[in-house]
Amino acid sequence: MEWLNTILQGILLGGLYAMFAAGLSLIFGVMRLVNIAHGDLIVLAAYVALVATQTLGINPIVSLIVVVPVMAAIGYVLQRGLLNRTLGDDLLPPLLVTFGLSVIIQNGLLEIFTADSVKLNAGAVEIQSIAVGGGLALGVLPLIQFALAIAVIGGLQWLFYRTALGRAFRATSDDQSVAQLMGLNNAHVFGLAMALSLAIVAVAGVLLAVRANFDPSMGPARLIFGFEAVIIGGLGSMWGTLAGGIIIGVAQAIGAQIDPGWNLLAGHIAFLIVLAIRPQGLFPKVHG
Amino acid sequence: MPDPILELRDLDAHYGDFQALFGVSMRVAEGEVVAVIGANGAGKSTLLKCIAGAMPVRHNAIQLYGVSIGGDPAHDVVSRGIALVPEGRRLFPSLSVEENLLIGGQLGRKGPWNLKRVYELFPVLEERRHQPAPSLSGGQQQMVAIGRALMANPRLLLCDEISLGLAPIVIRDIYARIPAIVAEGLSLIIVEQDVVQALKTARYVYCLQEGRVALQGEAKALTREKISAAYFGV
Repeated sequence: MEWLNTILQGILLGGLYAMFAAGLSLIFGVMRLVNIAHGDLIVLAAYVALVATQTLGINPIVSLIVVVPVMAAIGYVLQRGLLNRTLGDDLLPPLLVTFGLSVIIQNGLLEIFTADSVKLNAGAVEIQSIAVGGGLALGVLPLIQFALAIAVIGGLQWLFYRTALGRAFRATSDDQSVAQLMGLNNAHVFGLAMALSLAIVAVAGVLLAVRANFDPSMGPARLIFGFEAVIIGGLGSMWGTLAGGIIIGVAQAIGAQIDPGWNLLAGHIAFLIVLAIRPQGLFPKVHG
Repeated sequence: MPDPILELRDLDAHYGDFQALFGVSMRVAEGEVVAVIGANGAGKSTLLKCIAGAMPVRHNAIQLYGVSIGGDPAHDVVSRGIALVPEGRRLFPSLSVEENLLIGGQLGRKGPWNLKRVYELFPVLEERRHQPAPSLSGGQQQMVAIGRALMANPRLLLCDEISLGLAPIVIRDIYARIPAIVAEGLSLIIVEQDVVQALKTARYVYCLQEGRVALQGEAKALTREKISAAYFGV
């Protein structure tokens, strides 16, 4: 029963990792940009939420109304003002620029907010749980987190395959130069993709900040979890990304159950096993 | 001669240090079909790329309705009413037939072309509307590429080698639809290696040779000898 509990908690945590991964996967899919600053942007979103909750006196979950549009706007401006200039045939310039961005965000946050770890307080909901029988209880907050992850992934799937914007994303992903010749403004399409990516980052950042303490230096580790989830799931598959997040979450939970020191290691080992056995990921959609 | 909708004035084009076009001048009138012929590497595709906004060129070298558009970004050129059927079709492989067509129409320019009209022109596409574009035959893919460009409701349609890699019967089938397209009042520039097909379809012909206009004239007035002299430069 203890193990069942461990696995259930791991699955719910996996939802959060899937959200870390979804935004990463989205922009890689649309514009072949590997965003090294993704984890730091999650932490930035957490601090934006911190400022929003403190100045407006609102619950962190409610603060999403502010944080999501703020991060989306940052994403659009960042893409059009900076990242679009790095895109081309070479993968290296965007990698270097986002790496630099990662350093800038970390140090900027350190200057403003210090290295002290902080946490967002969501109130009573944090300690509420639902008994599911057999002595098991699921926290309300992890359940909300998982439900939001499903909603985000499902929403992305719908957007990609059912809307004009998704069609534009897929067309641009297929062939940038022809997309332009068909009247798509790639700079704008990329801006919208990054805005969407950072909107998801905003949700992930707020959930992260409610779940545990955070400080300016914890972005890169979130980036790794996100990368691992994307690769386990297979590039280009949204539901695969969710599965990837869940696998890492469950592996971490099991590792921690065996020995608290094995928490992170177990997640990485699960990733390495998938990479060794099935390098294309579990549900690949993108080939080549 | 009526006022041209498109005019090229002394157009030069470069790929880095290599000059691909030298002082090309050209006029296309409303509702007219103009063919550009020439050997491989004569600059035909480059010419279309310049018009479509995919090459940096002098601003006033390309005029659409008297407005300079040379070097404008491709998506602006599309919104002004120039659409391209690219060489080799270049459909979006992860999109269905219908989605490919919808991408062509996403700027929402007003005009006679919509999904229904494209399906009337190419009925086979309606049957296959939900199939992935790469699953179609070459001829059907070419129909999608033409339909995708028409969906933009252009005033000027640029067709780059639409006969490339297709069987003669399929080429005839596709060229048989051209009159229906011209009947909607738009102008065409067709780039062709198939000279006979080009002379049959177009009213006016330009022959390029090593980036220069080597010969031009009404299709009816051009003799085989003149064309082969301009084509091969001998």
